[in-house]
Amino acid sequence: MTATTQPLLTVKGLSKYFPVRGGVLSRAANWVRAVDDVSFELHKGETLALVGESGCGKTTVARSVLRLIEPTAGDVRFDNRDVMRLSRSELRMLRRRMQIVFQDPYSSLNPRFTVGDIVGEALHVHGLAHGPALRERVGTVLERVGLARADQERYPHEFSGGQRQRIGIARALALEPQFIVCDEAVSALDVSIQAQVLNLLRDIQQQDGLSYLFISHDLNVVRYIADRVAVMYLGKIVEIAPTRELFNAPKHPYTKALLEANPVPDPDVPPAPHALGGDVPSPMEPPAGCHFHPRCPQALPECRQRYPDVTKLNSAHQVRCHLYGGEKD
Amino acid sequence: MSTPAALLHTQPVIVETPIGQFWHMLRKDRLAVAGLVVLIALVVIAVVGKALTEWVPAFNPATVRLVDKLRPPMAPVSSIIQAEEHPIGGVYIFGTDELGRDVLSRMLQGSSVSLLIGFVAVGISTVIGILFGGIAGYYGNLRLGPMSVDTIIMRFTDVMLCFPTFFLILTVVALLPPSIYNIMIVIGATSWMGTTRFVRADFMSLRDQDFVIAAKALGLPEWRIIFRHMMPNAMSPVLVSATISVADAILTESALSFLGFGVRPPFATWGNILADGKAYIFDAPWLFFIPGLAILLIVLAFNLLGEGMREALNPRLRSR
Repeated sequence: MTATTQPLLTVKGLSKYFPVRGGVLSRAANWVRAVDDVSFELHKGETLALVGESGCGKTTVARSVLRLIEPTAGDVRFDNRDVMRLSRSELRMLRRRMQIVFQDPYSSLNPRFTVGDIVGEALHVHGLAHGPALRERVGTVLERVGLARADQERYPHEFSGGQRQRIGIARALALEPQFIVCDEAVSALDVSIQAQVLNLLRDIQQQDGLSYLFISHDLNVVRYIADRVAVMYLGKIVEIAPTRELFNAPKHPYTKALLEANPVPDPDVPPAPHALGGDVPSPMEPPAGCHFHPRCPQALPECRQRYPDVTKLNSAHQVRCHLYGGEKD
Repeated sequence: MSTPAALLHTQPVIVETPIGQFWHMLRKDRLAVAGLVVLIALVVIAVVGKALTEWVPAFNPATVRLVDKLRPPMAPVSSIIQAEEHPIGGVYIFGTDELGRDVLSRMLQGSSVSLLIGFVAVGISTVIGILFGGIAGYYGNLRLGPMSVDTIIMRFTDVMLCFPTFFLILTVVALLPPSIYNIMIVIGATSWMGTTRFVRADFMSLRDQDFVIAAKALGLPEWRIIFRHMMPNAMSPVLVSATISVADAILTESALSFLGFGVRPPFATWGNILADGKAYIFDAPWLFFIPGLAILLIVLAFNLLGEGMREALNPRLRSR
């Protein structure tokens, strides 16, 4: 991917705290730090994968970036516009250029709409096409994702999971966006269908020069589709690197553990010898210092004291770990 | 022509739209179909009856024939009665009351009142319920001062639920002039709480559904998300409860008329025919039984249809 000077999407210091209400007056008794000080950039035509365990804040990052939930703090710039400071109507216009594909192909489609309505509604509402022209455009989009033009008349429940996911992709593509968040977009599908949908996403990216923020917990999928990978643990990005570099030379102990835990599809290969012990701590009361230190095999005394700063190992590889704390940025 | 039941066994039904699917499920429930048929018949009777009692002298419910008072059903008209005051066919099909008025004509006049009150009152309560429930469910997290919108609306709903509704209606009706419109409004304004709770619960779960978030992400305006995406998906319990509430509203109106708080007496309703008849329960039992059975029939029909719809709209049963 050509590292153009201007990134399409810049996220700086993004945080989202959810209040935990309790007591008679339902005051915020505590806060869940779902996302804490997350920063990254995404260039045109690039795929950035966001990986991590369940509950580490991947989805919250994605939805905050699209402002589907209001982040607590942080800066999101899309194509040089400050997403956080847009008015309602400006935001609606910008939504045409950034879309989302969901994990669950069942709950993400309105059961009472025909496929034509699902895919074409936004075109109609934004005044981009009406009547026969609308049907024509919806038909074209459906063909792009491998469905038939005539499927417009049918209802979602008449399709299989993989086909429904294609409908979801068609809905996102209809507005011809520049950026799509794929929120576990293939996790609910069979492996063979996964491959089809991944190839579809990649073909579309090559044709349109789309950028993806690809959220997944499946490292094999990530390895296949991503240009760069960001690893999240308890609301923070602990390592971000080009895919090949991350898989070949992981730096953060958590990334290493994650890669080791990834099952190899070969029964003769024994399971990873020292898979990670313990549980993910509660994001309501994260451990002091580095959140990972209670489970970290290489923890230093310093790790208990202070959360590590970002260390730039090279122009594209950053890690937040005291083991690499040599040169601060 | 083959009956629906025969069709069901001879060919697989291709179910395409959600409405088709609903109809397919409902048709399997014979009691619900019976309820639906009875209701359609009653609506036709009410409309035709309204026209007949207004314009056809033979069906004038206000014609007093003191000679022919308290005649049993199927009694022939006396020869003294003038020809233009004869009931249809010269026979009092449902008998006459203590003033010699034709009970059939009075029942016909009353049927439109009962149905109208039932539908309009439930219409009012459903609109209020959807509005409150929708606001509480969608904008519930907004805070007005120390309380959230949700808290304000739902505590008010709880307060309304604490009143014994019938006595509240009696009080209000005693203060207002007894017109059919006031009764509709009062019944509607005191029976929206169940709908509010249903709609709120549905909206709260729909708000976090992916397809609603997708609609937001597409940049659709908020009213469109609420009315086109969420509302239709929250409608099935509302429809079921509305159907059953119509029966309640008709019963309430009958009870009010029976107690003399309802529609003004010269105008017949099923409730006041029943009330007038109670004095003659041993001498002229038809004055009591005919409106009583009619109320039973309509309430039963609405309840059966409501139950059938509940089953047909149940997504767990639907997948089969």
